[in-house]
Amino acid sequence: MAFDLDRAPLDAGYDDPPKRMGFFTDTSICIGCKACEVACKEWNAVPEDGLLFTGMSYDNSVGLGADTWRHVAFVEQRKPLGHQETGARDMDFRWLMASDVCKHCTHAACLDVCPTGSLFRTEYGTVVVQEDVCNGCGYCVPACPFGVIGRRETSGTAAKCTMCYDRLEVGQEPACAKTCPTDSIQFGELDELRERADRRLEQVRAAGASSARLYGHDPADGVGGTGAFFLLLDEPQVYGLPPDPVVTTADLPSMWRHAGAAALVLLAGMAVAAWRRGR
Amino acid sequence: MSGMGFSWPLLRQLTGKDRLGRAAAVKSPRTGEHPARTAAADRVVKSVCPYCAVGCAQNVYVSDEKVVHIEGDPDSPISRGRLCPKGASSLQLTTGSGRLNKVLHRPPGAADWREIDLETAMDMVADRIIATRRATWEWENKGRRVARTMGIASLGGATLDNEENYLIKKLLTALGVVQIENQARVCHSSTVVGLGTSFGRGGATTFLQDLQHSDCVLIQGSNFAEAHPVGFQWVMEAKARGAVVIHVDPRFTRTSALADLHVPIRAGSDVAFLGAIVNHVLENELFFRDYVLHYTNASTILREDYRDAEDLDGLFSGFDAENRCYEDDTWQYEGMHTVAASGERDEDYDRPAGSMPAGRPEVQGGTGVPLSGEPRRDETMRHPRCVLQVLRRHFARYTPEMVQRVCGVPPELFAQVCRHLTENSGPERTAEFVYAVGWTQHSDGAQFIRTASILQLLLGNIGRPGGGIQALRGHASIQGSSDIPTLFNLLPGYIPMPHAHEHEKMRDFLRADASCRGFWANMPAYLVSLLKAWWGPAATRENDFRFDYLPRLTGSHSTYDTVLAQLDGTCKGYLLLGENPAVGSANSRMQRLGMARLDWLVVRDLNLIESATWWKDGPEIETGELVTSEIGTEVFFFPAAAHTEKSGSFTNTNRWLQWHHRAVEPDGDARSDLWFMYHLGRIIRRKLAGSADPMDRPLLDLTWDYPVEGETAEPVAEAVLAEINGWDAEGRPLDAYTQLKDDGSTVCGCWIYCGVYAGGVNRAALRQPAAEQDWVAAGWAWAWPANRRVLYNRASAAPDGRPWSERKKLVWWDEEAGRWTGLDVPDFEEGKPPSYRPEPGAQGPAALSGIDPFIMQADGKGWLFAPSGVVDGPLPSHFEPQDSPVANPLYGRQRNPARKLYRHEDNRYQPSGEEPGASVYPYVVTTYRLTEHFTAGGMSRHTPYLAELQPEMFCEVSPELAAERGLVHGEWATVITARGAIEARVLVTDRIAPLHLNGKVIHQIGLPFHFGPNGLARGDAANELVSITLDPNSHIQEVKALSADIRPGRRPRGPALPELVLAYRRRAGVTEDTGTEV
Repeated sequence: MAFDLDRAPLDAGYDDPPKRMGFFTDTSICIGCKACEVACKEWNAVPEDGLLFTGMSYDNSVGLGADTWRHVAFVEQRKPLGHQETGARDMDFRWLMASDVCKHCTHAACLDVCPTGSLFRTEYGTVVVQEDVCNGCGYCVPACPFGVIGRRETSGTAAKCTMCYDRLEVGQEPACAKTCPTDSIQFGELDELRERADRRLEQVRAAGASSARLYGHDPADGVGGTGAFFLLLDEPQVYGLPPDPVVTTADLPSMWRHAGAAALVLLAGMAVAAWRRGR
Repeated sequence: MSGMGFSWPLLRQLTGKDRLGRAAAVKSPRTGEHPARTAAADRVVKSVCPYCAVGCAQNVYVSDEKVVHIEGDPDSPISRGRLCPKGASSLQLTTGSGRLNKVLHRPPGAADWREIDLETAMDMVADRIIATRRATWEWENKGRRVARTMGIASLGGATLDNEENYLIKKLLTALGVVQIENQARVCHSSTVVGLGTSFGRGGATTFLQDLQHSDCVLIQGSNFAEAHPVGFQWVMEAKARGAVVIHVDPRFTRTSALADLHVPIRAGSDVAFLGAIVNHVLENELFFRDYVLHYTNASTILREDYRDAEDLDGLFSGFDAENRCYEDDTWQYEGMHTVAASGERDEDYDRPAGSMPAGRPEVQGGTGVPLSGEPRRDETMRHPRCVLQVLRRHFARYTPEMVQRVCGVPPELFAQVCRHLTENSGPERTAEFVYAVGWTQHSDGAQFIRTASILQLLLGNIGRPGGGIQALRGHASIQGSSDIPTLFNLLPGYIPMPHAHEHEKMRDFLRADASCRGFWANMPAYLVSLLKAWWGPAATRENDFRFDYLPRLTGSHSTYDTVLAQLDGTCKGYLLLGENPAVGSANSRMQRLGMARLDWLVVRDLNLIESATWWKDGPEIETGELVTSEIGTEVFFFPAAAHTEKSGSFTNTNRWLQWHHRAVEPDGDARSDLWFMYHLGRIIRRKLAGSADPMDRPLLDLTWDYPVEGETAEPVAEAVLAEINGWDAEGRPLDAYTQLKDDGSTVCGCWIYCGVYAGGVNRAALRQPAAEQDWVAAGWAWAWPANRRVLYNRASAAPDGRPWSERKKLVWWDEEAGRWTGLDVPDFEEGKPPSYRPEPGAQGPAALSGIDPFIMQADGKGWLFAPSGVVDGPLPSHFEPQDSPVANPLYGRQRNPARKLYRHEDNRYQPSGEEPGASVYPYVVTTYRLTEHFTAGGMSRHTPYLAELQPEMFCEVSPELAAERGLVHGEWATVITARGAIEARVLVTDRIAPLHLNGKVIHQIGLPFHFGPNGLARGDAANELVSITLDPNSHIQEVKALSADIRPGRRPRGPALPELVLAYRRRAGVTEDTGTEV
């Protein structure tokens, strides 16, 4: 039985869609090689994103944006990693790495606010920008609770991870998952990935990483769960992820209701006024 | 617009189910129109990644004769379809706009390049070679025939195909050039010595996928996850199966991040660390007794006059202080004598047989050192002169306390490593060692690897699944360019290049081989078949198969000697074939100064690397030390073809030959090195046709008629492979090197590769998918020798031929069938039973018994003690790096007494330890790779997708060092040695911890060595700082440990830069004698 997350394509009106597809990024086995960043760029012809030495550990691509669709965060911490022994000084140390990507939310604000239909929900439940439709209004940029989507300077249009929609259509996995040397990025049917992630979480915790957790895994979270979810070894904000993301359009229905009520009251008032004047 | 009406989005929205216009209704025609280019490609071409030596398979997608995509081939048993960032950037590497496709020429003194056409350029280079060769030809040297030119040198080959290396070596040797070198010298030459003397062959003993069976993986001297990310998946597999992963390294790297245990260690102190584990294993009787007794030389008794480093304060008996080398007579087994392998391998004919001159790694080569006579053994291993007892005494002072004092590793941490290793070794369990250039690049690099070899033999881990020693090599075919050597001292298959001797005849060269045992006994067949491959019908029994056509050596002609020869004007012409010494070689400044003295320089590369442009924008132009208009070097730049544009084979780090097929033709004037060498040879031969000069005979008699194809007349690479494999008198491809004959009836370009073309089938191109075979994957590619994947795998069975355990079985004796069988191809004579014992006086392979797993060794044993073959000592001893802030507490000698030094104004050494002035250079420096870049940057710094990931040179320092020196994170620092000063951005990190050596705090500075001034990702080259100091066995550079000072701010510009370096030298009291003591 499909779980609720699988309803995203159905809700979008697809008849008999394929299983919802997604990413499970297991950061506990990420080696920070950034192959995902490069493979993504090669496949999608994403432009180079600036030659800037940041000093942020080994992270020189800084974050997701129009020209970086996979981003590996590097976090150096004076904390222990499970049962790992580091031997350095008398202090604990660990180096966390995590490849971030568009979450392909169940409730996607970017999609909600897109006035042109450039952003759309695919039959796999993913959220994709269509450059040929985008008018560059940029509403989607602040709408994303994760700061994923950006507007490309050269074209003026919005850009982000497509989960390699074109590859999915011919039965191939996305470029980042395909290339990942340690299988930290896993692609597949979302429900199967979620089961796998539960098992993996148990293992990692048993190995002493008590702060390990899944992120984007909960259909009851502020975005209805994500199509790309993560096994993290620390709190999300450590990796630059919002701890409690909420779809920015969550209040839209009630806002519409209120606006509608207000409009009705206004219209009623105007009608009364007109009626009175007419009398 | 007709027909668009029904697909109008609003209409779809109103009529379909997607009423909100958020899905199918708004899908644009373009979104659905373009199928993935992987699916739409005209063809998919099988290829191999051109970066490191893991050998990941690639699928190259071609549409309209253009490469449109490159990604991993999931069928590969090695890589399983995965690629690291470099491999993933192959599309940009090969099709990016940065690549040049025109030949460039810089006339002497000119300020800039000019374009010239390819044909003219080839003709000019041919003329230069002919003229320089004529002008510098040398028939004799000190009265001995040499028949060579020292006026020409070449460098590069590890990034090229085996077939290209073969043509380079063949043509240049026929031209009389002996200074032929490649990256293997710089990176892993000490591996050949270390593993070759210990086990018999100079390659990794196992293969990457076998890591998954390991119970404990000890990674030391390697940043596995960063430098070989796709290979590292097999460490993760092992870990997932419960293996313990240990990383011993000066820095906490991306490898450490995934390890169970990280042990920070002072760079350059690994022999002390490993030696202490040896001591721990011996003292606590933790060695694998049955394995050690039967498969190693532990029970062999040494001569009475042998003196150990313990007796002579760091020296072994036989030291010749004047020549800084050892006579190894006293290191021999009692009753058995090692001879310098294969005849007079000695450069100095009047030295006693058995002595080993400095710098002769070919003696170990891919193979063992021959012995004669019968050694005495004590099966109780208690005799005071038996190897095991000598080992005990030698390592007795290598204690945990010493480890603390030398390495900065606390005893508790050290004890953990010992516990993990020993608990995971034995009949039921195996541990594997993994290393790379962190071990090789030291002034005693071969001894680092020897120590690990000793330890793995004691623990019984060689030749067994999940065991062994994995040497991670860093260029796509650096193993191949050692096997088919573009190296000065070797002929293909590790046959030594002959030295100038009174012996002119091949018989003399081979003479001492008559007493040889093991598979080297057949060397006459290997050599004659090679000479037949090169000189064909001109090589006959009557003319000694033209053995006299081989130019002769008179000492070391390594790439570093070449630099000195360039500086003194001897070497006038230089070919750089995919190597960038102006960034990648030790003392890069001297490399450039040498090139500035040349008459001509040919650079073949994908991009304009620093070695091609130093004459107009190099660091010396900036400082004013060189002036462009005064530089007389004529420079040619030839654009090279990428791996997708040519066919050929790479040999990966585990000896697997993998064929990559040409996907497209190269653009413009870009050509393969196969094309370049073939046509260069053709043009030179045409120009010299009819010459009666005897110096031209080797060239004109050379077999040089390869078939060509296509518009560019590209030589057929498979035809070259066929020659490497060899054929019989009827021209039929040979199946195995056992078919080679010494009568001239067989032809074979490289005997260890014999079999790769068996039956006329290109076995390097075999691609049986991983999913369709077992983990040994014998149907994917072809490994030398004889497609064996785990070397010495006879040792995976007990002496009686049965596996040591079910869990660790690999090959075993099938009593009923009367042969060896198992999961891998047995590395043993198939029909030789475990009970076989040789007759007295037996020769060749028959002289080895049924319990001698190390079949290339003359005694069939793994060598705990090396009675011959390692020039700086039969056992490893800890010496400090050439430049070190630490005094050697183990011996009175600070540095390796036999190290190779180059006294030169631009190569000054620094005071060390307690020598006066040592505090001027107080910090340890280590250099390394990053995942995001490749070696000297020629294949990564010009690629936007890689450059943006690591855009600038930086240095890694601890918060403590930053505080001590006022270094600010993200700002600049200047690092200074007696050779140079460079600037780098500061990365302050806990990952490079200060070490406590018995109260003394040692800070280390980490420097990636990739950067240089050209390309997109730039910075000063770390190798500006490094001296030329070499391991005497292999002539490898010491770049993994040196000392330096660091201070905040950018380095000075202009003449103030050399002034700064000189001021430091003056403060430290550096003279030409500093650091040169014996």
